[in-house]
Amino acid sequence: MPAVSMTVNGKKVSADVEPRTLLVHYLREHLGLTGTHVGCDTSQCGACVVHIDGESVKSCTVLAAQAEGAKVMTIEGLADGDKLHPMQEAFREHHALQCGFCTPGMVMSAIDLVKQNKNPSEKEIREWLSGNLCRCTGYHNIVKAIAAAAQTMRS
Amino acid sequence: MSATGIGAPVRRVEDFRFLTGRGTYTDDLNQPNQTHAYILRSPHPHARIKGIKTAKAAKAKGVIAVLTGADVVKDDLGGLPCGWQVTDRHGKPMVEPPHPILVSDVVRHVGDQVAVVIAETHQQARDAAELIEVDYQVLPSATSTANAAKKGAALVWDQAPNNLCYDWTLGDEQAANAAFTKAKHVAKVDIVNNRLIPNAMEPRAAVGIYDTAKDHYTLHTTSQNPHVIRLLMSAYVLKLPEHKVRVNAPDVGGAFGSKIFHYAEEAIVTWAAKKVRRPARSTAERSESFMSDAHGRDHVTHAELAIDANGKFLAMKVYTIANMGAYLSTFAPCVPTYLYALLLAGTYTTPTIFCEVKAVFTNTVPVDAYRGAGRPEATYVVERIVDEAAKVTGIDPAEIRRRNFIPRDAFPYQTPVVVQYDSGDYQSTLDMALKQSDYAGFEKRRADSAKRGKLRGIGLSTYIEACGIAPSAVVGSVGARAGLYESALIRVHPTGSVTVLTGSHSHGQGHETTFAQLVSERMGVEFKNIEIVHGDTDKIPFGMGTYGSRSLAVGGSAMVKAMDKIIAKGKKIAAHLLEAAEADIEFKDGVFSVAGTDKKKALAEIAGAAYVPHNYPINELEPGLEEQAFYDPSNFTFPGGCHVAEVEIDRDTGIVEMVNFVAVDDVGRVINPMIVEGQVHGGVAQGLGQALLEGCVYDADGQLITGSYMDYTMPRADHLPPLKVSTHNTLCTHNPLGVKGVGEVGAIGSPAAIMNAVHNALAPLGVREIQMPATSERVWRAIHGARRAAE
Repeated sequence: MPAVSMTVNGKKVSADVEPRTLLVHYLREHLGLTGTHVGCDTSQCGACVVHIDGESVKSCTVLAAQAEGAKVMTIEGLADGDKLHPMQEAFREHHALQCGFCTPGMVMSAIDLVKQNKNPSEKEIREWLSGNLCRCTGYHNIVKAIAAAAQTMRS
Repeated sequence: MSATGIGAPVRRVEDFRFLTGRGTYTDDLNQPNQTHAYILRSPHPHARIKGIKTAKAAKAKGVIAVLTGADVVKDDLGGLPCGWQVTDRHGKPMVEPPHPILVSDVVRHVGDQVAVVIAETHQQARDAAELIEVDYQVLPSATSTANAAKKGAALVWDQAPNNLCYDWTLGDEQAANAAFTKAKHVAKVDIVNNRLIPNAMEPRAAVGIYDTAKDHYTLHTTSQNPHVIRLLMSAYVLKLPEHKVRVNAPDVGGAFGSKIFHYAEEAIVTWAAKKVRRPARSTAERSESFMSDAHGRDHVTHAELAIDANGKFLAMKVYTIANMGAYLSTFAPCVPTYLYALLLAGTYTTPTIFCEVKAVFTNTVPVDAYRGAGRPEATYVVERIVDEAAKVTGIDPAEIRRRNFIPRDAFPYQTPVVVQYDSGDYQSTLDMALKQSDYAGFEKRRADSAKRGKLRGIGLSTYIEACGIAPSAVVGSVGARAGLYESALIRVHPTGSVTVLTGSHSHGQGHETTFAQLVSERMGVEFKNIEIVHGDTDKIPFGMGTYGSRSLAVGGSAMVKAMDKIIAKGKKIAAHLLEAAEADIEFKDGVFSVAGTDKKKALAEIAGAAYVPHNYPINELEPGLEEQAFYDPSNFTFPGGCHVAEVEIDRDTGIVEMVNFVAVDDVGRVINPMIVEGQVHGGVAQGLGQALLEGCVYDADGQLITGSYMDYTMPRADHLPPLKVSTHNTLCTHNPLGVKGVGEVGAIGSPAAIMNAVHNALAPLGVREIQMPATSERVWRAIHGARRAAE
């Protein structure tokens, strides 16, 4: 089995994995980082979004081996202790989550949006989110939260 | 109002763990020494299993065991039970076929469970399943709802001639026919309520653990009602002593009804865990969810409404065929009967209603409750036919509704379909929604759209629903095999903090927040000193769980009863400590005081005295401060309201865009308005999904065509406009909180509003009935079909 090494949430990790191991399974099963979720098998739902070298990626669509040497950030690495990232805080403030299952992917995806577009319009937020499914919130409060977080992150 | 009491938009206590990736969902519960179960499913809709060869699979790398239907028979396991028996129009019980957890003879839908492989890893189990050789003799199949009972249709079960599960009626057809002879107008609709796949974002998962030392079983599962699962699995399927089984439903990632039911996988992993003497786990891949989670809706209906010269409704007749799928899922039979026909009065005074429901078996995944369950189907029939009535009478859709509303001073109102509504104010919710949607200004907007080449439509739905499910004796008299009360246990700790154990279950609703608000308000305990515990049968009292928007109306009422017992006991203790008469003790904001004096004791002091009973009325009272209550509701609750949808349609592509949506709902007393709004948003998104996007499709050969997110269209963020949601509440008169329920209103009211808007937009072209989902293809065909017909 090939060895893979990467940095996950600031920590260097390495393991021997089957070549077909997806990054999401490596994170969940080898590293015990179960905050990243699997909601589908066709790369459509976005529950598994993490950052690889700062960019949002569906970790169900990447082999662990492809992340060799990369810096991976998952939902667990976002808050500073008990101090939430502004995007997490905005999701809480605006009730942008219900069951919480899609939430890690939504938050990780939204942070990348705001990195690329510091002042996204409502329409741009909705279009960006087309790769993330939520069955609970009707997206209304997610859109509000992302707009609010973008404002906080600008100031 | 306190910052954390009833009515405050308290931010959720659940959110921190979910936002930091520390939620605990079933698939996150890795066990030491665990094994992985993979289920081999039927690729055929209907086939006889002539043989299964498992030898190759059993020898594959990592495989520990392969189990088949023969093992189920050998171990004398029971089938998955059905929790509701409907009796048909002739007094005959419904046809109730067996539902084995692994099939040994005939598979009856694509996805039916045939065998299970237990292996060291998921991939090894999955790979080995491909080595199992099943010799299938393919049989003819029936999948179409409309045709299942017709002559020549393949039979799903020999014991169900014409594929009929039951042929059920409510009301007097002769009386309805007599009323139709007096009609000035008759409105008719032929509608399909599309089959939906619930698609909670968390796929179903189950982890079975057997403790050899204690001969004890644990099942962690994605469930809305862990005690119900424990009862059904231990008593009916695995035949285990109930006290030796723990069922735990931890954080559950959305459910919408689909996680009420007892599924084969739950029993399989628990059974297998004992067989292999190691924990066994199974998590569905999304494609398995599509073919094994109970589906929703799937009705074909013809309805007629008799109307007099003044636009008043005289009588309604409804004829429905409801698809049950291949087996009866846990609550399936009650959905198209008692959760459907009892709501056909809607918000109107229609005096005579007749309903016939033929439930049919087909070679499809079982159909059961999905958000709204029966009530969206009823609302769709009523609100579509009322719009048709507006058309045939030439009366505005808002006006014809107003003329037929149950007046606000007519409550309690006895409908002709069994139920009695306790409260409501349909005129006000309509008026508010019309104002907020600028109904009066619609024609100008329609003209503006027309200038841009677009068709614009507006639609109303003034819906009603029944929730707070349900009075046990009432449902028992019509076939429920369970009571539908709820339990609560309030534990005041010696230091005065409080743990609440509830039989309700939260899978996104935020009970850990709203229930704590309720307790904080009523007991005067600081919000941060209250913990809500749910989901674990080893901790919580026996309870029926969460569905049918029942958690606050039933579960919250049980909490009120338990709190009242605590307060009553506290008064006795306070009277002793304060040397006063019990009748003189008042309780307010967490303090017991002697009326008219400054003598008082805080709840924490009373709790301390109860647990350290040195100065205590020990001859009259037991020590401790913990009370349990069960609450059985005396009636359903009846949320209602008005939804207004506005759509714009592109003539060239047929794409329907919802451009505005207003909801004014009456949900009874609101505990947390932020959460109430969130519930409506989510329900409306699912309603939009049903109206415009989602449709489960089987082809003529019984294959599931919509088997993944590539082919089943889920609502995404850019399908929805910002939603304008508010409430205008009348209180429920028969529960102690005045609450009605909000979980389902969005999904119940909105499809009819959206489809009425689509019909309103297309009516000028001569388009008549267009069925859900109004996809771009369907709408384009309707537009161009109408155009061709006109040429």
